[in-house]
Amino acid sequence: MKFLFNLGVLLLLIAVLYVWVHLPWYAVLALVVLFAGWMALTRRGRQAGSVTGVGISTLRQRLGSSSVVVIGIAGVVGVLVALLAMGEGYSETLSKTGSDDTAIVMRGGSASEVSSVLNRDSIVVIDQAAGIARDKQGKPVASEEIVVAANLPVKGGAPDDEGSVQVRGVGEQAWTLRPNAKIIAGRSFRPGMRELVVGQGAQRQFVGLQPGHEVKLGAQTWTVVGVFASGDAYDSEIWGDENVVADTYRRGSSRTSVFVKLTDAKALDTFKAALAGDPRLQVDVDTTLNYFSKQSEGMAKVMRVMGITVGSIMAIGAIFGALNTMFAAVAVRAREIATLRAIGFRGVPVVVAVMLETMLLALIGGLIGGLLAWLIFNGFTASTLASGTTGQLAFTFKVTPLLLWEGLQWALAIGFVGGLFPALRAARLPVTTALREL
Amino acid sequence: MRDQNSSTPEDVAMGTLIEIRDLSKVYERGRQKVEVLHHINLDIAEGDFLALMGPSGSGKTTLLNLVGGLDTPSGGSIAVAGQRIDQLGAGSLARWRASNVGFVFQFYNLMPTLSAQRNVELPLLLTKLSAAQRRKNAAIALQLVGLADRASHKPTELSGGQQQRVAIARAIVSDPALLVCDEPTGDLDRHSAEEVLGLLRQLNREHGKTIVMVTHDPKAAEYADHTLHLDKGTLVEQATA
Amino acid sequence: MKYFHLIWAALFRRKTRTILTLVSITAAFLLFGMLDAVRISFDQAGKSANGAQRLQTGSKLSFIQPLPQGLGEKIATVPGVKSVAYSNWFGGAYQDPHNQVFTFAVSDNYIDQYPEVQVSGDARKAFTNTRTGILVGEKLLEKYHWKVGQQIPLQSNIFPQQNGSKNWTFDIVGVLHPTDQSVAFYGQIILMHWKYFDDAVMKGYNNGQVGWYVVRVNDVHQADQVARAIDALSANSDHETRTQTEAAATASWMKQLADIGLIVGSIMGAVFFTLLLLTGNTMMQAVRERTSELAVLKTLGFSDQGVLAMVLAESVLLVVLGGVIGIGLAAMLIPGVSAGSGGMLNLPTVGADSWGLGVGLMVAIGLVVGAIPAWRAMRLNIVDALAGR
Repeated sequence: MKFLFNLGVLLLLIAVLYVWVHLPWYAVLALVVLFAGWMALTRRGRQAGSVTGVGISTLRQRLGSSSVVVIGIAGVVGVLVALLAMGEGYSETLSKTGSDDTAIVMRGGSASEVSSVLNRDSIVVIDQAAGIARDKQGKPVASEEIVVAANLPVKGGAPDDEGSVQVRGVGEQAWTLRPNAKIIAGRSFRPGMRELVVGQGAQRQFVGLQPGHEVKLGAQTWTVVGVFASGDAYDSEIWGDENVVADTYRRGSSRTSVFVKLTDAKALDTFKAALAGDPRLQVDVDTTLNYFSKQSEGMAKVMRVMGITVGSIMAIGAIFGALNTMFAAVAVRAREIATLRAIGFRGVPVVVAVMLETMLLALIGGLIGGLLAWLIFNGFTASTLASGTTGQLAFTFKVTPLLLWEGLQWALAIGFVGGLFPALRAARLPVTTALREL
Repeated sequence: MRDQNSSTPEDVAMGTLIEIRDLSKVYERGRQKVEVLHHINLDIAEGDFLALMGPSGSGKTTLLNLVGGLDTPSGGSIAVAGQRIDQLGAGSLARWRASNVGFVFQFYNLMPTLSAQRNVELPLLLTKLSAAQRRKNAAIALQLVGLADRASHKPTELSGGQQQRVAIARAIVSDPALLVCDEPTGDLDRHSAEEVLGLLRQLNREHGKTIVMVTHDPKAAEYADHTLHLDKGTLVEQATA
Repeated sequence: MKYFHLIWAALFRRKTRTILTLVSITAAFLLFGMLDAVRISFDQAGKSANGAQRLQTGSKLSFIQPLPQGLGEKIATVPGVKSVAYSNWFGGAYQDPHNQVFTFAVSDNYIDQYPEVQVSGDARKAFTNTRTGILVGEKLLEKYHWKVGQQIPLQSNIFPQQNGSKNWTFDIVGVLHPTDQSVAFYGQIILMHWKYFDDAVMKGYNNGQVGWYVVRVNDVHQADQVARAIDALSANSDHETRTQTEAAATASWMKQLADIGLIVGSIMGAVFFTLLLLTGNTMMQAVRERTSELAVLKTLGFSDQGVLAMVLAESVLLVVLGGVIGIGLAAMLIPGVSAGSGGMLNLPTVGADSWGLGVGLMVAIGLVVGAIPAWRAMRLNIVDALAGR
């Protein structure tokens, strides 16, 4: 009988947690309102309110053990939110790169720019396809680009410590195609010169990328002439003139990709069809927005899985910490609870009171954890070797409101589990034994 | 253990086990100083069974704690078998207690997590005895208090009287000369109390243990050889020595 | 040791509380075990006795820039060089372009540079004799249920064949068995013939170039010297090289991938801080409710230091018990995690290092956690405690 009851509670718990995780915030708000209504308007609700009041008023005396719940949950939420913020920042950086009215053309079947090769003939054909916007002179707005990599010394590393940076050789229209990218220091490179402009992220990561400095790409010396900011993945790149870059890397007239501006977002299909219909070409076309978003999928998933795994294991620890504290709290208050029961309070208000107390502690813990994660990690810069690129991608942690909400959900879920069993014990405590105890 | 020859008070008067001279104890309660014992002088003979009586707050437990080496006096001296225990530091005092005194408390104070056997073995952990020796000695002590068949029981599985007898077994297992008992029957029903007191008298008579017992029960005091009364920190009546 | 039963009994005085606390500690050390495995897999990648003998020579310009094949013969003449092999990135995918299978086109002697990767004599022979033959990592073979002798199609996301098709067909002739954690990567990859690759690939795509050279040196202590000599060969040419020991090269990659030390360190910091509080609270409660029992022990003649040591031992025992279970669990789970990640993570089993560090942490946490309660127990005044004050 007792076993069946426990099994039932466990199944209920799993169901509640499942629903809870998938609940949107407004549904939670509705629940809260409903619950507050029950507390205020029904007799049982008011009873629960007064029992909770008594419990909370004695929290002070149990400060030490109550803080275990708060800090335990704060730890879980802090770590979880920080790890998720890492994945969030990473995928945000990539997914806000590009737009839906610019398209990228690569050789068919290429997973990313770096593995794509387009020969001169193809490029000429692509530039003339239908759907491409034209500038005032009637020239198609397109930039043939070449993506390669360079080894440069890393800031804060040993003298021999070199990192990989993605180098992009771009055509004249590159800036028109990427209105986000703006020169913030110095000037742009001049066509035909060994000049580079560096993204602000790349500048932060590698040594010697100030305007006026010279850097060596292989045996050749290049001059950094400017810094640009785009607020997305391009920030981690270094740009130069496509012909000069191709020369340095001995790529002849082949390029890795062509970026084009579409007449409008709806022109993608026209453009795609035009290229697909040309027997001389075997290429893949996608909006740049889509292309970069897809690049982030794998790694973002890995980061999220890691965050959830670590968070789950920590949550188990925190749940048992909360159980411990709340069992102790119930034990300390066994006489008081039994007295209430003896007077005629029913089980429900007692359960509700213990649950509310735990959830309150959990809420505080969740808020502290989220706040700490936000204070410490929001804007924190990290970098990784992104898939599909040849260099390090710098990104900043993003603690978004949605992540904070997710953290709070975890906190309350931990509080719920940690409070339920002690609450049930309190409610099922045989009145007489409890009164005799202590 | 000692022989049972010294069965009468007259015989044991030859040696003094405990010599108390000018003993005082002052407690500080906040800023207030409370003198609990005033200049007590008392000799307790070897093999004596002494009952200390007196109203609450008269200082009888304090005196007992001082005799047992649980507390140190504010003034005066206590010598037990010639050893000035008031001059011992905390560490030496602990070692002294381990080999010279057995304690029996009102609420038994057994370790709730340990079996009767293990409880009795506790003081022997401080000796150099082997595990087998410890087990054997504890079994003998339990046998002596008549609880050999309860050796594996936890305290909660025993009655109050039985628990107190386990406590007595623990007190004598290391064969101390002195037993210090604080209200040993205070929590027991009449029948159990008589059993415990009979056991104490047996230990006194047959094994020569010197016993100092605090009690407020005159019936309990009747088992003792002498009774001393304390009031407001002084001995008010000294029975014949 | 004779006090062990006392400490053990005290620990399980309140079973529920102790077990709940143990689960928390277990969770913390489970996390520690797993994260430390991640950290070590990052740290130790490329570090082995054999790895120290190997140098990697790539283009100074960037890792994607090819080198001329003729350079290999020059490198072979550098004093101190034992043998030279080379490799190209092929970049295969199986069935679906997203099912990436790391495939390399290598020189015939490539596998000889890796004595810690076992290939049977027959397989070795078959590989040499089969133009389209490939050696497949054991884990990969398992994953796709391939068999030796089977013919498999691979798509290259870079290289088309002469006829323009990017679908290549290979014959599995043998299996790569990595025997050391540092080369576990070889359990997940495919090696094909560079010669076949260079012949079959569409003109203009490779032109007899190689991606990088793997050089074995005679004497580990001369590795740096040899590396400099190799780089000097191509100095001021249009294909300058950069030669590093395998360990240095791998470490540099790992570092660029993620600052794993920082991530693991931050997480474990938060976890252990929380654990300190949680276990500390348990020990405080445990000592508080045992006040009179501790006083009795003192009455019986247990010294202050003895009581201190007992409480400390209890808290250390608590943490060690939970910790050992936690790391043990991690050791059991890690193979599953490695398998479940589909080859993305190759975690080493919990080694002596992790156990050592873990047990050290357990004892340290146990001592810190027990310090205040133990101090209280030591300072406990018998008379006050017995009187319930």
